[in-house]
Amino acid sequence: MSKISVNGKAQEVETPISVTELIKLNNVAQPEMVSIQLNGEFVNREDYDSTQVSDADELDFLYFMGGGSRPQTPKVALRLCR
Amino acid sequence: MDFTEDQIQRYSRHILLQDVGVEGQEKINKGKVLIVGAGGLGAPIALYLAAAGVGTIGIIDGDVVDLSNLQRQIIHFTPDVNKPKVISAKEKLNLINPDVNVITYQELLTAENAERIIRDYDFVVDGTDNFPVKFLINDACVIAKKPFSHGGILRFDGQTLTYVPGSACYRCLFHSPPPPNAVPTCSQAGVLGAIAGMLGTIQAAEVLKYLTGVGDLLTNRLLTFNAKTMEFRTIKSKPNNNCPVCGSHPTVTGLVDYEQAVCDIESHRKQK
Repeated sequence: MSKISVNGKAQEVETPISVTELIKLNNVAQPEMVSIQLNGEFVNREDYDSTQVSDADELDFLYFMGGGSRPQTPKVALRLCR
Repeated sequence: MDFTEDQIQRYSRHILLQDVGVEGQEKINKGKVLIVGAGGLGAPIALYLAAAGVGTIGIIDGDVVDLSNLQRQIIHFTPDVNKPKVISAKEKLNLINPDVNVITYQELLTAENAERIIRDYDFVVDGTDNFPVKFLINDACVIAKKPFSHGGILRFDGQTLTYVPGSACYRCLFHSPPPPNAVPTCSQAGVLGAIAGMLGTIQAAEVLKYLTGVGDLLTNRLLTFNAKTMEFRTIKSKPNNNCPVCGSHPTVTGLVDYEQAVCDIESHRKQK
């Protein structure tokens, strides 16, 4: 068992573990919505499979967040919905 | 700038602040700030910036006030339903502070008009719920070397980051827009109304800090909070060398309008 930190909280995981597996382990509903920082460095999405997490690593899961008003781009909307 | 007696009284609580004073208040009064979106975030941002005396406030929004907006978009009142948001917002800002010159743009920020519109401002605030426009604001500001505040809210969560030329930009953290329809928006997932106020006032404070030069901006730090636990966290970041717009080999060198998950919105509208 290794001790890592995810979003500032301690987690015990069996290492080696890839970033992809760690995302699954953390029950991230939409992996395409998370941006991952490993020890302060962003991990490219295409490298999630090949990037291994080891003991004492610190990870941050950052999520896409919209805003307070509903999306309002009818021009683009029409183009997309056609 | 010579303040009138009324202005000295109006801004006295700023002037009293040792870090701000008359000098800082003058900087605020000379400030030109563009707010993109007169919605949940734009409402508190605009109200506080107008109250603070920001000399020129630009507001861009192409939408009209909807009944479902009033739960959080506190600049709009019940009689404003169906009124263009920028008009409704301007009316309130003029009432709060007649010193403020409010410029309205009843249109959408697009790849075509972004550069021209942001050019006239010192600072841009992202108050949109719209990833294409969030990325557009980022790219336009990074390319034009214009500081801006990113803000996002969803359900019970909020996040914000301030960019100044040379600091980590939104794309350093979030490389490219999520696939259309992958990301729930407030209209699909919901949002606790007060969250918009929590985040919008943080963004407004960042603007005032930027204009006055007081304190440390939220640069190279993403502030996130969750209102269920009321836990706030700042995640340290730094400029990302692989960033497509500000990295060492930029692939984004111009502005584009990204597609977004608007089919859902269309279906929402049809249900009305």
